[in-house]
Amino acid sequence: MTLPSIEVHGLTKRFGSFTALDKLDLKLEGGKCVGFLGPNGAGKTTTLKMLTDMIFPTEGECFLNGISVQRERKRAMESAGVLIESPEIYPSLTATQALRMVAELRNMSREEQNARIPAILEEVKMADWADQKVGKYSKGMKQRLNIAAALVPDPEIVILDEPATGLDPRGMAEVRSIVRDLKKHDRLIFMSSHILAEVTDVCDEVALINHGKLLFYDTLDNVTARFSSGQSSMDASFAHPVSEETLRGKLDGNPDLVKYEQLDPRRFRLSFKGGLPAQGRLLRQLSGEELELVSFQESKSVLEEIYLSQIEKGD
Amino acid sequence: MPSWKQALTLAQYQLRDYVFSRRFILMMALVAIIGAILTAVVGYFRPAAFLESSGAFYAIFWGGGVTVVIVFAGVIFGGDAIAGEFQNKTGYFLMGQPIRRATVYVGKYLAAFVAAFTAVVFFAVLLLGNGAYYFGAGAFTATFLASFVLAIVYLLALLGATFLFSSLFKTSTYATLVVAVLFLFGFMLIQDLISGLVHTTPWYILTYADSIIGGIFNTSCASSPGTHTCTMPGPGGGFTQTVTNATIPEGVGIMLAYFVITSVLGLVSFEREEFS
Ligand SMILES: Nc1ncnc2c1ncn2[C@@H]1O[C@H](COP(=O)(O)OP(=O)(O)O)[C@@H](O)[C@H]1O
Ligand SMILES: [Mg+2]
Repeated sequence: MTLPSIEVHGLTKRFGSFTALDKLDLKLEGGKCVGFLGPNGAGKTTTLKMLTDMIFPTEGECFLNGISVQRERKRAMESAGVLIESPEIYPSLTATQALRMVAELRNMSREEQNARIPAILEEVKMADWADQKVGKYSKGMKQRLNIAAALVPDPEIVILDEPATGLDPRGMAEVRSIVRDLKKHDRLIFMSSHILAEVTDVCDEVALINHGKLLFYDTLDNVTARFSSGQSSMDASFAHPVSEETLRGKLDGNPDLVKYEQLDPRRFRLSFKGGLPAQGRLLRQLSGEELELVSFQESKSVLEEIYLSQIEKGD
Repeated sequence: MPSWKQALTLAQYQLRDYVFSRRFILMMALVAIIGAILTAVVGYFRPAAFLESSGAFYAIFWGGGVTVVIVFAGVIFGGDAIAGEFQNKTGYFLMGQPIRRATVYVGKYLAAFVAAFTAVVFFAVLLLGNGAYYFGAGAFTATFLASFVLAIVYLLALLGATFLFSSLFKTSTYATLVVAVLFLFGFMLIQDLISGLVHTTPWYILTYADSIIGGIFNTSCASSPGTHTCTMPGPGGGFTQTVTNATIPEGVGIMLAYFVITSVLGLVSFEREEFS
């Protein structure tokens, strides 16, 4: 059996004179989750739409499991479950009927349908609504059903465009957990998001895009290693304003501390090396009656810094 | 999964959506209203000329009514069939499946055809009911059956054109409006203008061809298929005039040509459309 794959060669999309996507090359292979990260307007949806033949490339070509999407949409899409742009489902159909339509279009047997459809509705927490018409659903419920529709055929490749949009915080958490579960079955998942936390939470790899250009594609670990300076950074907050001298006096002689900066009268950002042991020492030094430390938490993560700095660079 | 099977599957679900939607009820109500008015008018006035024979009755009430029913059915079921896939975003759901664009188009056409066909059958039943009341068994003629078949050919052509407009416009309202205006008045107006001003027969206009649906009953010189010299009523015994109507084969040919050409154009246009 070959590994599931998504390949994109020199993919470019221009809308008039505006280039939404510029010569994207990407090869994703194997069972894993790849986050397609970028701010709004970066070109994520544009890419995913060309990957599924909803719009046509100005230049370039896409392949799902080696089959050209542009030349053989039907055969290429057979291995993919897709959710792009929160689609609507015929309002008179019930959730079960909508999923049956998908299953029948994909040639699933009756037995498979009867086993799979209730299970998937259960998984997206729509079992209670299985026989209600889609027209009555809220936005969040429709999105759950859309996710179910993408997963019904048990596809090798799953393409999700901001699957958590339109959901409340609990719904978002549930979607993340569904995506994490998907990884267990050797599927290749390509999920776009403008939320870093979503990507770091569920993905193994990240492709960062901005202004239609791919900035990098690597594993989360490699990205962190590549860009981190070997320093950690913590934000300390105190109950009362603390002067810089007081803090300096308190931390005098700490060998791990690289620098500190005052964020506001009650908060400092402390950069240090030495990992967790150093972090422990720092915490012990700051605690105690005198300063009244009320919180001690990680500042922006390395990836967050990268995401923000890369995006600023592009602007 | 073969594409034809996918088209049937899609048509089946789309049809279910139609049958449980307000538009289906609206269409059936329209047919019922047209049928009721007709029944009441004929029953009350008993116009002798129309009640001479079942042919004369059908030529007027079926020939005149069914084209209107078909235009309404086309507009209601076909006007937004393709445009709505873009506007309502249901197309994004279908395009996530391993299905060709052409299959979507054909599946939707099939569903609209079956829904509209049902409306035409309903209208035929209402007319046959009236016919049976006035003419007894004489109401069920082979000519009526032939006319029904011609009406279905007209339906094919009209839906073909409706789908073309529906795929040219991504907005349902425009598509629906253009089709309604064109088929209810536009074609007729163009036909009158051309025959009146240029004195040529506008054989290429669908309304010219659809006259065979009533014409097939052969009840008046002016409306019978083919070219005739007819005596028209008027002062001093009337006057003679040459009338050119489509012959049955011409009419069928023109309607089928409409169906084929508009379907090909519609398919090509849909193949090139982006879901952006
Ligand atoms: N049909 C279109 N016509 C013109 N511009 C478009 C069209 N679709 C997208 N764009 C532009 O392309 C850019 C990328 O859009 P998109 O891929 O939707 O971004 P993302 O999904 O990353 O938020 C945006 O600037 C958007 O305005
Ligand atoms: Mg987007």
